[in-house]
Amino acid sequence: MTLAWLIIVLLSGGILAWLTGRWSAAGSRWVALAALLVDLGLAASVLVRLPVASALPLDGVSGLAGFDRPWIAPLGIRFHLGVDGFSLVLVLLTLLLGLVALLAAWNTVREQPGFFLLNLLWVLAGTLGVFMALDLFLFYFFWELMLVPMYFIITVWGDTVGRHQAAVKFFIYSQLGGLLMLLAILALYFAHGRHSGLYTFDYGQLLGTPLAPAAGMMIMLGFFIAFAVKLPVFLVHTWLPDAYTRAPAPGLVILAGIMSKAGAYGLIRFVLALFPGPAAAFAPYGMSLGMAAILYGAIMAFAQRDLKRLIAYSSLSHMGFVMIGVFACNQLALQGVVMVMLSHAISISALFILAYAVEARTGTRDLERLGGLWSTIPRASGALLLFCMAAVGLPGLGNFVGEFLVLIGSYRVSVPITVFAALGLVTSVIYAVWIVQRVVHGPEAGKRRLPDLDVRETALAGILAAMLLWLGVYPQPVLKVTAAAMHAVQEEAALRSPAAQTDDATAAKAPMGFPAVEAAGWFKRGGQP
Amino acid sequence: MLELLFIVPCLPYAAALLFTLAGKRMPRAMTALIGAGSVGVAAAVALWISAGFITSPPPGRHYVQHLWTWWRIGSFQPAFALYLDAVSLVWMLVITVVGFLILLYATADMWAEDGYRRFFGTMDLFIGSMLILVLADNLVLLYLGWEGVGLCSYLLIGFWYKDPQNGYAARKAFVMTRVGDVALLLGLFLLFTQLDTLNIQELMTRARQTWPAGSFTPMLAAGLLLGGAVGKSAQLPLQSWLVDAMAGPSPVSALIHAATMVTSGVYLIARTHVLYTLAPPVMFATAVLGAATLLLAGFSGLVQTDIKRVLAYSTISQIGYMILAMGVGAWIAGVFHFMIHAFFKALLFLGAGAVIHVLGHERNLFKMGGLRKQLPLTFWTFLIGSGALSAVPLVTAGFYSKDLIIWQALASERGNVAFWIVGIIGAFLTSMYTFRMVFLTFFGPAKTEVRGRIGLPMQIPLVVLAALSLAAGFLQVPPVLGNLPAFADFMHGALPATVLAPGMATREGLFTVISAIVSLWGIFTIYVFIIGLPRFTAWLVRTPLGDRLYRFWLDGWGFDWVYDCLLVRPYVFLAHLNRNDGIDRLYQGIALLNRLGNRGLTRTQSGQVRWYATGFALGAVVIIGLAVFL
Repeated sequence: MTLAWLIIVLLSGGILAWLTGRWSAAGSRWVALAALLVDLGLAASVLVRLPVASALPLDGVSGLAGFDRPWIAPLGIRFHLGVDGFSLVLVLLTLLLGLVALLAAWNTVREQPGFFLLNLLWVLAGTLGVFMALDLFLFYFFWELMLVPMYFIITVWGDTVGRHQAAVKFFIYSQLGGLLMLLAILALYFAHGRHSGLYTFDYGQLLGTPLAPAAGMMIMLGFFIAFAVKLPVFLVHTWLPDAYTRAPAPGLVILAGIMSKAGAYGLIRFVLALFPGPAAAFAPYGMSLGMAAILYGAIMAFAQRDLKRLIAYSSLSHMGFVMIGVFACNQLALQGVVMVMLSHAISISALFILAYAVEARTGTRDLERLGGLWSTIPRASGALLLFCMAAVGLPGLGNFVGEFLVLIGSYRVSVPITVFAALGLVTSVIYAVWIVQRVVHGPEAGKRRLPDLDVRETALAGILAAMLLWLGVYPQPVLKVTAAAMHAVQEEAALRSPAAQTDDATAAKAPMGFPAVEAAGWFKRGGQP
Repeated sequence: MLELLFIVPCLPYAAALLFTLAGKRMPRAMTALIGAGSVGVAAAVALWISAGFITSPPPGRHYVQHLWTWWRIGSFQPAFALYLDAVSLVWMLVITVVGFLILLYATADMWAEDGYRRFFGTMDLFIGSMLILVLADNLVLLYLGWEGVGLCSYLLIGFWYKDPQNGYAARKAFVMTRVGDVALLLGLFLLFTQLDTLNIQELMTRARQTWPAGSFTPMLAAGLLLGGAVGKSAQLPLQSWLVDAMAGPSPVSALIHAATMVTSGVYLIARTHVLYTLAPPVMFATAVLGAATLLLAGFSGLVQTDIKRVLAYSTISQIGYMILAMGVGAWIAGVFHFMIHAFFKALLFLGAGAVIHVLGHERNLFKMGGLRKQLPLTFWTFLIGSGALSAVPLVTAGFYSKDLIIWQALASERGNVAFWIVGIIGAFLTSMYTFRMVFLTFFGPAKTEVRGRIGLPMQIPLVVLAALSLAAGFLQVPPVLGNLPAFADFMHGALPATVLAPGMATREGLFTVISAIVSLWGIFTIYVFIIGLPRFTAWLVRTPLGDRLYRFWLDGWGFDWVYDCLLVRPYVFLAHLNRNDGIDRLYQGIALLNRLGNRGLTRTQSGQVRWYATGFALGAVVIIGLAVFL
């Protein structure tokens, strides 16, 4: 029941904040804060009770503190929530970043603050649902719930110029992806029903549904594209620069920080676990897309003039590591993906908050017109520098742990892809030092006194920096929580992938007919641990 | 007392953290006290530990301090663990002691600068990271230090950030070394995938057990690590960043770009020497790179006009010697030269810094002169440093360390005559460019007015480093001069002795005399060129060939030009070409088609009945047609 409360508190908190907002903006903030804190407490209580070796699906049915009620019984739709270590870590991340977003919005959102908080809390509720839903229809429901408030956040509180266009673009991309996912869910539902006679959307039941290779590939791609748009993956990323540039900073904490992680979560939870065979066959392409994203994003980032747009492309670049890690699909890479997800969520949020702080003070985020901020606002400059270094993958910060693990894991699967992806460490330096040069270093763009980060902003940057540092030097507590879940995913993928089903090594090598890449020794599946 | 080891890197880190948290209110004196003091205490602790290590060596002559496990994923469990043996001890001592002296100097040299706290914060962060680099017991932690020092180097080269030129130099250093770092990282991936550990000692044991000498995998691994080493240590082909790195303050050049960070590559190779012995072709390549670098940099050093750029090329060249030593298996000689080089090169940079300081940021050699009288202390200490760099026989430490490398480049079983000849030519060049600098700076007529003065905090480091540049050589005296191999004895166990080619051991005396003569002859030659026949020198430079060579060497053999044309410009061009993201065109195209379709269909809704009637009739014809024919 606790899991249901997590969502209920946010939904009702959102409405309450909206209602309070009609009378007092400050009051609505405190309501939202209270809702988030209550939720955080609930989530922490789940964490305490979570057994170390928890992985979905626990006993094939439900996760810890699971909540399972019939919803639309005739169609086999249930309101089924459950968590394992992986989803719980993401739930905690969502709530923490929700707090960050709230603090970032504290007194910067002046227009309809109550309605803003409603959207904020509802988008968080949707995201929590996505991370906890164990019924595919419910998952789809939350997936859409996440989308609508975000559309409003961009279109109402975004930049004065271009916000509507960006919001529509974001909405159409997501919606098309969502549509494909719905079709894929239905296809899977009927395939499973026809096969077993049991028509259900339950995740645990649908695991291991036997599918013809071609059908499996089609259904898998339906899911994949939805998640790929959200992540985003190279080629379907073009909504991202516009949306990230136009959305307000608190919205970006959610959009870039958390919602992109919902895409990553989906890839691991659904694509890998439900379709091990097709996923294995798709792996070379998935990893290649990731590699392309790393390099393409970084090169694009370097060419941008708009600070936010630059950061947006850097985000695309970093999500490439997620793709590589997911499809490398061994323990090192998957745990690396978890670290990339957490660290990137933190560092990208901080970067957007700081970009806003710079823009709010200087009135511009054009790199040609900024410069020399170190002498005027040293605290903001130092923080910006730190988070740029996080983007670079500086060891000691969480991003390094993630990227290092992903690459060391993917090295056993494909050496060439790892080599090219590792070049991303050079290209990321190029754009990161470019930010530093254009914003922090250089001659002062104007002789004026600007206020440095205030207490609220300093605290935000400080908390995010401390979290990143903690993940960088001692990530073990997090990795311990997610270890069992990642093991389960890997086993699920290994157990049902064609490679494991045939003893014949040669047949295992080219399950779906990609002899060229596999025969060249470019790709090896699995690789323990 | 070895348990105190963790304090050594912690102290500078703590100071850096303190500076980060402290606001602007911290007074300068306090900044200086904490900034230099923390490293001073770290140096004291390091000395104390070293004393204990030498008097009562721990079992196995190494000590491991496990702090905490970084992460555990299967068998991959890298830790924050420190590993102290003779090699890391030498590095630790140099980093803390020389680091402290340089910071002491900096308290006065940087006093008038903005960003005093930023300077000390970054310097302390650097020293902490450098200590982690050399004390790490596994390659992941080493990589943490490795990147940490890279960041600090970047920040300190760009310390005077308002000048975009400095920012450019800083970015160049960061990006170029990062290219090497990627190679290093790939080496780590390869080693871990093959041997299932990244603990350095364990790795070496397993490598020896798993791979036969000369097989492909250790060659690849050693080659990739070498890539990291040449980037960090500014060797061919990634050397050119170090010259531009002179944009930073003098203490930065002394500490990071002379004494410590740029020798990380040498450390890495010495640390993983087992891997290199399994890969003879890579060792040969290492030696060739070192030899080529020392020669190229030597020629370039000869024509520079900026005093710090002379020293930068000299550093590249001297590290070339160390890398050459690594390549011929003269491990101990390489480490010994690292230590001596740290003393005299720090001294030279601080001396040059003092000159620049009193001349009001003047760095052009041809605007200096006659400073011998006005800056006697700086002159004498600079002379000692120059003597050590030129390997003036018997009295200077550089003689003992450099001669050892040149000799072993010939005498080692992996050495040959070509390496020896390169080493000797390099030594000759070293004497020439070094004393060219001395003569131009301290002799001849004064050209720029002396404005500042050099306080005690700047004098003490000069004197101490000068003393070390003279005395430290006696730690390793060759057989012909009394045979006192204290340093080699101390290294024993951590690094193997050089295996000499048969019949070589008895000839050392002769070759020692040759290199001694070459060193002095180089000084004499440049004396003739600069003081004796300045007009002839000027004429020589103006001849067509002389002019071309002069420019070529001044530009560092055109490497920057090549990189600019092949890499930088294409990258920038391509990035800007696609600035608006070509992939989005595809989607914009779809949107456009929709809009066109919309417009087309809107046209049909014209309100004119005949159009509607025509449409209706045509539709009916098509449907009936379909029904009839299908």
